[in-house]
Amino acid sequence: MLYREAGQYKSSYASDMAVFPLKEDRIGIAVILAIALVAIPFLGSDFFIASVMIPFLIFSLAAIGLNILTGYTGLISLGTAAFMGVGAYSCYKLTTFFPDVNIIVLILVSGLFSAGIGVLFGLPSLRIKGFYLAVATLAAQFFLQWAFVRVPWLFNYNASGAIEVPQRTLFDIPLTGASATPETRYFVCLGLVVVLTWFASNIVHGKLGRSWMAVRDMDIAAELMGIKLLNAKLAAFAVSSYFCGVAGAMMIFLWYGGGEAADVFSIRLSFNILFMVIIGGLGSLIGSFFGAAFLSILPTALKFGLPALGVPIAGAAAEHVTFMLVGALIIIFLIVEPHGLARLWQIGKQKLRTWPFPY
Amino acid sequence: MSDIATRPAPNLLANPLVKAGLIVAAVIAALAIGVRLDPTNTLYAIFVDPFQQMVQAPDLLVQTVWEGLVSGVLYALIALGFVLIFKASGVFNFAQGIMVVFAALTLVGLYEKGVPAFLAVILTLGVMFALAVTIERVVLRPLVNQPDIILFMATFGITYFLIGFGESLFGGNPKQMIAEQLYLPKGAVDLQILGGLVSLQKIDIAAAVIASLMIAALAAFFQYTRIGRALRAVADSHKAALSVGISLNQIWVIVWFTAGIVALITGIMWGARSDVSFALEIVALKALPVLILGGFTSIPGAIVGGLIIGIGEKLGEFYWGPLIGGGIESWLAYFIALGFLLFRPQGLFGDKIIERI
Repeated sequence: MLYREAGQYKSSYASDMAVFPLKEDRIGIAVILAIALVAIPFLGSDFFIASVMIPFLIFSLAAIGLNILTGYTGLISLGTAAFMGVGAYSCYKLTTFFPDVNIIVLILVSGLFSAGIGVLFGLPSLRIKGFYLAVATLAAQFFLQWAFVRVPWLFNYNASGAIEVPQRTLFDIPLTGASATPETRYFVCLGLVVVLTWFASNIVHGKLGRSWMAVRDMDIAAELMGIKLLNAKLAAFAVSSYFCGVAGAMMIFLWYGGGEAADVFSIRLSFNILFMVIIGGLGSLIGSFFGAAFLSILPTALKFGLPALGVPIAGAAAEHVTFMLVGALIIIFLIVEPHGLARLWQIGKQKLRTWPFPY
Repeated sequence: MSDIATRPAPNLLANPLVKAGLIVAAVIAALAIGVRLDPTNTLYAIFVDPFQQMVQAPDLLVQTVWEGLVSGVLYALIALGFVLIFKASGVFNFAQGIMVVFAALTLVGLYEKGVPAFLAVILTLGVMFALAVTIERVVLRPLVNQPDIILFMATFGITYFLIGFGESLFGGNPKQMIAEQLYLPKGAVDLQILGGLVSLQKIDIAAAVIASLMIAALAAFFQYTRIGRALRAVADSHKAALSVGISLNQIWVIVWFTAGIVALITGIMWGARSDVSFALEIVALKALPVLILGGFTSIPGAIVGGLIIGIGEKLGEFYWGPLIGGGIESWLAYFIALGFLLFRPQGLFGDKIIERI
C-alpha cells in the first residue's frame, strides 16, 4: 500500500539508474537524516549521544571500509583495527605539526596515510587468496600494533605512551578535547559519516565498484575481461583503509578523547568490525550500518537494559553474559539469514511491495 | 647423427639451482661490500654480528633453538586441531584456541571441586565430547553447504560463547595447572654442551615426547582404522563419501571430538608451562601463521610449520630483536609465514590450488 512502485515512471537513464529509485525510499532517507540531525541531538540525553550514537557512527564508517574490501572485493582482512590506528596516530602527528589547520580537515587527511599503509600491506593479496590472505593481514595487525607501542615518535615521546587529544575549535566552538560537548562531537561525526557514505556509494556504484565485484566473483574471469587485478585490488585496499583510517582518527579524537590507543586498536576490534560486516551483510552499505548498530548497541543495551528489566546482574557477570549472548546471537543470525541483516531488509521491502497479494 | 657442434650449448642459467646459487653469491658479495662501506655499522649489526654471536656462544644458540622448538611443538599442537577440522569439514575453526583454554579450565575446575586428577581428565574428555555433539547439532548441521566465510563466522560465535561461558563458570582468574597430580615431571636438566650449560625444562621434554606420541597415534588412527578411512574419504570429497554411505554428521562429531582431545592435551602442556588463563587465547592466534606456513590441509605441514615458526621467532627475538627495540615476537611469525607464502601461496605442504573458469 505504502510502498509501491506503481505509477512511478522513469523517463531518463539517470532516474533508471538512481540509487533510490522509489519515491518512498527517498522519503525514508530524508526522514532518517532528519531524525539524526534534529531529533537525536535535541531529544537524546548526553549519555545516549556519547555512548550509543557516536560509537555507532564511527563503527559504521569502519564497517563500510571493511565492507569495501571484504564484501565488494572479496578480500578478507583481519587488520582493520591496525589501519584505524594508523589513521588515529597520523591525525595526532598532523595536529601536532599543524595546530592551526582545522581538525576536520586533518581527520580527512589522516585517512590518506592509512590508505598508503593499506596499499603496502595489500600487496601480498595479488598472490595470496582466501583465508591465507586473512592470516597474512594479521601481520599488519600485529606489526602496526607493535609499532604503536615501540615507536615513541608516534605519541610525541609521552611518558605514558598515550595520545593526548588537544582542544581544537571551529568558529570558536570546541570540537575535540575535554570541553567539547557530546552534541558537537556527534554533529561532526554525523557530517563526516554522511559525506563519506555518499562517496562510498558513488564509488561502489561506479566503474571501480563494478571492477571490484567482478574481481570478487571470479578474479581470473575479471582479468580476462580486461580488469587489471593489480589496480583493482590495491584500489580496494586504499579506499578501504582510507575509510578505516578516518574512522580510527574519529574514534580517538571524537569518541575516546585520547588514551592508550595501542590497546584500543587491538585484534579484538578487528574481529568486531568483521562481525559487523558479516552480520550486516557482505557487499551492502546499509548492511554496514545495520551490523554496526547491532554489535555496538547490543552490549551497551544488555549492560544497562538487563538491570532495568529486573534481571539482577552486574559487573563481571554481566560482561560474561554479554559475551555468551553475542556469541549465541551471531550463530542464530547466521543460521536464520546467512546473507545478513541487509538481506532481511531487502526481503521485508519485497514483501511490502507485493502486499497484500503476494502471488 | 646429430653434430655436436650444432647442438646449442646447455643454458646454465636455466638451471634453477645455478640461478639460486648466483643470486645467493651476489647477495653475499653485495653485503660484504656494504658492510665494508657502511659507516654506522647497521649492516654489520644486522648481517654479521648475530652470526658471530651464534658461533662464539654455541650453548646460547642451542638453548634458544631448544626454546623455539618447545614453543613450536605447542603451536603445532594447536595448528593440528585446526587442520583436523579443516580437512574433514572445510571449516576454518577459529574456536580451537578457546577450546584449548576451555578444556584446561574444565580439568582444573573439576579437580578443584575435589574430583581425583585422572577421573577429572576422563570427565573433561566427556565434556569435550558433549561440546563436539552440541556444535555439530546446533551450529554445523543448520549451516551445511553455506560459504566458507559464514562457517568461519559461526566459529567466532562459538568462541565468544565459550569465552563467556567459561568465564562465568570458572571465573577470569588464572589457575594453576595440576601438573604434579598428573605425574608430569618438574624441574630442569642441565646439559654440558659445547662448552656451556644448557638447561632443559623436564616439562618441555615431556611435552615434546607426548606431542610426538599423539601425532603418531593420530597417524595410525587415520591410516589403519575404519573411522580413519572414513575421515580421509570425507576429507577428499564430501559428496563421494556420502554416496558410499558414510555419515557426515557422525564424522563431524568424531573430528570435533578428536580436536577436543588435542585441545585438552595442548591445554595441559601449555598450562603446565605457565598457567591456565584466557590469555592463552591470544597466544593461540600464533597457530595461524603456522597453519598458513604448513598449508591448511596437511598434518605434517602443521608440525613442520610449527617448528619453523617456533625456532624462527625465538632466534629472531634473541639475535635481531634488540636492534629494533625488542618484542618483535608478536609479529615476526606472521612475517616469516608471509615470506613463505609469497613463494608458495598454498603453504609448504598444502594442496595445490587449481582454478578454472
